[in-house]
Amino acid sequence: MPRAEPSRYMPKPTPETAPFWEGTRAGELRLQRCDYCSHVYFPPRPFCPKCSGRTVSWFNASGRGSLYSYIISHRPMPGFTPPYSIAVVELDEGPRMMTNIVECPQTPDALQLDMPVEVVFLELSNEIHLPQFRPTQVSQ
Amino acid sequence: MKPNSVAIVGAAETTELGKIPNTSQLELHCDAALNAFADAGLKASDIDGVATAGEAATAVAYHLGITPTWVDGTSVGGCSFMLHVRHAAAAINEGLCNTVLITHGESGRSQVGRGAFRRGGGSHGGQFEVPYGVMGPPTLFTLPALRYMKTYGLREEELAMVAVVQREWAARNPRASYRDPITIADVLESRMIAYPFRKLMCCLVTDGGGALILTSAERARDFPTKPVYIVGTGESVETPMISQMEDFNTSKAFRVSGQKAFAEAGITHADVDHLMIYDAFAHLPLYGLEDLGFCDRGQAASFIWERNTAPGGKLPLNTNGGGLSYMHSGMYGMYALQESVRQLRGTAPAQVDGAQISIAHGVGGMFASSGTVILTNQEG
Ligand SMILES: [Zn+2]
Repeated sequence: MPRAEPSRYMPKPTPETAPFWEGTRAGELRLQRCDYCSHVYFPPRPFCPKCSGRTVSWFNASGRGSLYSYIISHRPMPGFTPPYSIAVVELDEGPRMMTNIVECPQTPDALQLDMPVEVVFLELSNEIHLPQFRPTQVSQ
Repeated sequence: MKPNSVAIVGAAETTELGKIPNTSQLELHCDAALNAFADAGLKASDIDGVATAGEAATAVAYHLGITPTWVDGTSVGGCSFMLHVRHAAAAINEGLCNTVLITHGESGRSQVGRGAFRRGGGSHGGQFEVPYGVMGPPTLFTLPALRYMKTYGLREEELAMVAVVQREWAARNPRASYRDPITIADVLESRMIAYPFRKLMCCLVTDGGGALILTSAERARDFPTKPVYIVGTGESVETPMISQMEDFNTSKAFRVSGQKAFAEAGITHADVDHLMIYDAFAHLPLYGLEDLGFCDRGQAASFIWERNTAPGGKLPLNTNGGGLSYMHSGMYGMYALQESVRQLRGTAPAQVDGAQISIAHGVGGMFASSGTVILTNQEG
């Protein structure tokens, strides 16, 4: 797994999001599903934003999705080498999340909307493994 | 709210706009407030309501010497002042106060006396957006645009045209930061900031402020200024994280706020003479024109391309030059309101002849929130 430069900004898990970050440390992308209405949502919270139910369950998502939109940043940023993509992917389970598209050229040609992507993890620290996405590798 | 029951009787911007390195942010609020007092013939002791964002309402009230019976510190980003107008109108109608001061001041460029703006690491944004290398609005607000471009076939030239037309308006405004004409080629050759956005598609970063004074329509007749009446207002919020916007082709907050304002005002789109849409970036007017119902989905770019919003067009838009060319301190909504007031008073540098109804539509955060104010110079 790639390791990030130490200058990177570090997210701080809360009690409500800790299972998500525990998941990424285990190489899993975890989402929550409502036990009442089956709504799948992100970011994590201990209740369903659709029906307000308090009984929800974590599950491992497929880690697959498609590229919904992005920009390619040309601005200087500690821990990043411009130009780099900041993207939103739509997961196969429904929710969208921000990410970077990695392991491909950071160009409009290489980054086509709706192309399939899959999750990879970047080790920011022992505690934080950040989910990023790459173009889906052709299956063997 | 009850249409035409409350009026704006004082309106002013800071004495200077642009680069103001010797003035701290709180003093920009107060400079604008003092100019608004002069405009309305009032002093601090005449004010009994205070609303502001960016600085605490306590600080603004204390600093100016106001003892309010009503305060509103609603802070939902750059459209907060639209919400203040809405809340103030309700408060005045309810008798909570009589004369409300709304202030904005922002040392956006010089950063004098300004608190740090950063989303904490434990917030959702801090955990699920900031780690991906976002660097403020240019890398966040711009994110939906490529999706919109694919959905509707929007071309980069059309996005550039938004900036070109607004520069035409700015050229007529002596206070605008950028006044030299630009072409589509100039925009498309300007420095890449966050593909597909180039520098001339992004707003300025400047210093400045503005203030408004509101009172009941009855009392408004006694003021030296031409009253500008509030006929309809709306507000809403969607999400503090742009990645969680429901649909990258349209803003839910825009739609909810706009529909509420039109319903309150009881007007149709054809009644609107002048329009301000908060333009932090070139795609904002496209979303605004469609989400407010002035254009069908995907049609806003051709509407602008065909010069409907340009000088001489049927729907003059962002006539001060907008955030792209006039000024943008960070919370631009106040300047959109100021331009609507100038147009309805008949005092705008690029005056729209006979303008009777103007809309100032604002955005807060990155499509996070919205406020809409419909104004008229016609008594109810
Ligand atoms: Zn549910």
